[in-house]
Amino acid sequence: MVLPLSVISLLALAALSPWLVRAAGRYAGWMAAAVPAGWFVWFASQIGAIAAGGVLAPDPVPWVESLGITLAFRLDGLGLLFALLVTGVGAAICIYASGYLGGHARFGRFMAALLTFMAAMLGLVIADDLILLFVFWELTSITSFLLIGFYREKEAARLAAMRALVITGAGGLALLAGLILLGLEAGTFRVSELLTMGDQITQSPRYLPILALILLGCFTKSAQLPFHFWLPGAMEAPAPVSAYLHSSTMVKAGVFLLARLTPVLGGTPEWTWTLKVVGGTTMVYGAVLAARSTKMKRILAWTTVSALGTMVMLLGLGVPGDAAAMTFLLAHALYKGTLFMVAGAVEHRTGEKDVERLGGLARRMPITAAAALLGALSLAGVPPLFGYTGKYLLKGGLEQSPWDSALLVAVTITGVGMMTAALLVAVRPFFGPRVGGEGGGGGVGGGKPASRTGEAGPGLLVGPAILATLGVLAGVAPGLFADPIVLGATDAVTGLPGDAELSSLHLFSASALVGPTGIALLGGVVLYVFRARFRRSTAVLDRLGPLGGPALFDRGLAGVLALGRGQTRLLQHGSLTGYVRTCVVGLLVIGGSLLIGRLGTATLLPPHEAIRPVEAILVGLMASSAVAAAVFRHRLGSVAALGVVGLCAALIFLLFGAPDVAMTQFAIETLTVLILVLVFHHLPQFRVYTSRLRRAGDLVLSLAFGAFMTVMVLLAVDTGFGEPISAFFSEQSVAGGKGRNIVNVIIVDFRATDTFGELFVLALAGMGVATLLIARRQRSGAGTEPGDEVVP
Amino acid sequence: MNSIILRTATTALLPLLLLASVVILLRGHNEPGGGFVGGLTGAAAFLLHMLTYGPARCRRLLPLPPEAIIAAGLFVALFSGLAAPLLGEPLFAGLWTDFEPIPGVKVGTPLFFDVGVYLTVMGSVLWMILSIAQWPQAGAGAERGFVDDPQPGHGEAER
Repeated sequence: MVLPLSVISLLALAALSPWLVRAAGRYAGWMAAAVPAGWFVWFASQIGAIAAGGVLAPDPVPWVESLGITLAFRLDGLGLLFALLVTGVGAAICIYASGYLGGHARFGRFMAALLTFMAAMLGLVIADDLILLFVFWELTSITSFLLIGFYREKEAARLAAMRALVITGAGGLALLAGLILLGLEAGTFRVSELLTMGDQITQSPRYLPILALILLGCFTKSAQLPFHFWLPGAMEAPAPVSAYLHSSTMVKAGVFLLARLTPVLGGTPEWTWTLKVVGGTTMVYGAVLAARSTKMKRILAWTTVSALGTMVMLLGLGVPGDAAAMTFLLAHALYKGTLFMVAGAVEHRTGEKDVERLGGLARRMPITAAAALLGALSLAGVPPLFGYTGKYLLKGGLEQSPWDSALLVAVTITGVGMMTAALLVAVRPFFGPRVGGEGGGGGVGGGKPASRTGEAGPGLLVGPAILATLGVLAGVAPGLFADPIVLGATDAVTGLPGDAELSSLHLFSASALVGPTGIALLGGVVLYVFRARFRRSTAVLDRLGPLGGPALFDRGLAGVLALGRGQTRLLQHGSLTGYVRTCVVGLLVIGGSLLIGRLGTATLLPPHEAIRPVEAILVGLMASSAVAAAVFRHRLGSVAALGVVGLCAALIFLLFGAPDVAMTQFAIETLTVLILVLVFHHLPQFRVYTSRLRRAGDLVLSLAFGAFMTVMVLLAVDTGFGEPISAFFSEQSVAGGKGRNIVNVIIVDFRATDTFGELFVLALAGMGVATLLIARRQRSGAGTEPGDEVVP
Repeated sequence: MNSIILRTATTALLPLLLLASVVILLRGHNEPGGGFVGGLTGAAAFLLHMLTYGPARCRRLLPLPPEAIIAAGLFVALFSGLAAPLLGEPLFAGLWTDFEPIPGVKVGTPLFFDVGVYLTVMGSVLWMILSIAQWPQAGAGAERGFVDDPQPGHGEAER
């Protein structure tokens, strides 16, 4: 039961974090980091067992038994790799957040969202049930929305958060459909059981819909083209969020799910080609845009897009690619976490985002610069750093796959872009000329001297320093921890243990440099030197704006809102007459179509007792008053006529032995007249607003409705209802209800629960009327709604 | 509405009407009546006062604001139904005592439930109608509206 406890403890910490922040202030992040760090140690202690092929699977707890959904958790190599990233990088992020946001008024809320996010991501990677996995998947979408939009006072942040939510949320819906289809096809929602059913799934007729829906979910989450644009926008988030989101969580969830389901869905041409094409395109596109950006975080965001494309493409390549993907994933998490934290520290200290306006920071922030340099070298894939291992394996994976020349070119282009991005991020701000310089790439004019720059505080340094060091260690001494972790993960993805030997592939030699790696590195340096010209010559990409994702997204969103407005205007037009007309026509159409078949069974005049003169007088009075109410030219006259109708109805109730109903009717009539008198002077002038034709139409409608009601009543009289319940009531009223008034006994005793519900309705109606009127009053203008029709 | 006849009549009628509403409420279990009609009658009594003296004074006359009357009614009705489950009976089952303080009116949970109905109905009606009466008056209509201190000499006829 230790495994689920990891998620639960993080959730509990999230719930407590506002109080923690109140008590510990800016050091709350340091303290909160202890929990993920502790879990990191625990997960690390499992590395040996898992790498040897072990699996940790505590007994599942039943959840929705009727649907076969369980709270099942399972830790295998793939889950372990991610769990280590989530907790390890998470601990570093907690500390970093303390340094970055420590004094912020909403720091407590931030920590709560961050830790919930962490718990969701951890749950996602160790879930062994598709539905449970999906719940955590959605939870990461929601919490990332809160985190990206943390600076809620900035419109850009709100917009970015909403884009991220809508895109990943839409993908999540597709994913849910795909997962349910998959679960139905396999007959189980347990991931561990699914893993052995690959052949059955890929040969089923539902394979294509399942694949399409799940890929849609993964691609939106992992920012693949054409859904990539939410990720660069998400850099509006505070730097700790960006660092976490880009390195080990959120966007990696899509890659994780692809890797998780590789044994289930992978290996078919559809899988291979979709992943290769989408991933490859995203990889190149991201690299090109990274090389021509100037804002530090934006450069990094585009390299993330590119890296995610790389991982997706590698997963599409099959067995050697899977190993490369896992290696690259670990490397990417380490260097991207480092670089984003560095970027945040630089922005925090200098207030400047543009790398072309920064320079010479290495002397003032030596530790930051060192971390940046290590991270960037890893990003560029320079030996012997771990990023290089990933890149090297990447190319190794390519060379073993049957078609590679086109992808090799794509990888080389990407390598050039990454090298340029690395130089831009780590060399330009730290070692470049201090002001403007080099004619200001990208049209950036002179820069401002970074006056208040000094080394960042310990909170901002610990995280990047640790991650950068781990990156170096992984490259220099892969056997220390990188090999077992990656091998374990690869075994889980391929389902073929011990196939890819990272350590043997790692033997880097001089020959590795003269290969594509060398070309990429040299090309990157060249591109960096001529970056101003490169930005100008690719300016066409800026002009693609209106065709790009964000613009399309915004136009789509505006379209949906316009549709909603139009629909509301059509249905909720505000004309009371219109509403009544709609209701009457609707009733006539629906009820009339039901009645038409039964018209023959209605007798015109069912058997009845002799009509007393008083009844005839009352009915005649009612009919003539109703006509009078419609034709009177005075409002008061119409109201009085309506009152006569109501009072006559009350008298009829009285005549037929329903004194309770009659009393209520009298009281209601009195109050209705009172309300009408009160609203008189709020109503528009009492005159004809409608055309003669419209009134003729309304007359026809009224007559039709009257006829319809008459037929209804006649049919109702004829219809036998079986044993009436009234016998029971009259028998039990005194015996069980201790009251002779049956109506009252029914209301307060037999049907008391119903009555109680009705009391609530009544209270809500009163509240509704009162609040509507208060709202109108506060909008100052009382007066009348234009468009209200009043028929004389 | 500034009318000496109405004011004099209201002074006498208000307590009588309120008394009548309580009688209607209490006799309801055996004779025609009950909480619903009683509540409407009670509301009508206060609204007569409102017609005479204006909504603001009527609100001051109420022992509780209308929304509080509704809340009290819902509470009374709910707690009258919660007693039965404590004795193992279903929710809202009627429990009776033999105590009969007024001839014909036995004490039991349905009686309290009916009181809850009475209060809720009265509160809702008062809340709605008082809100309407205190609605701001537009244009020429203001002359016909209720103001707290009734002025003589208005009475614009139907436009």
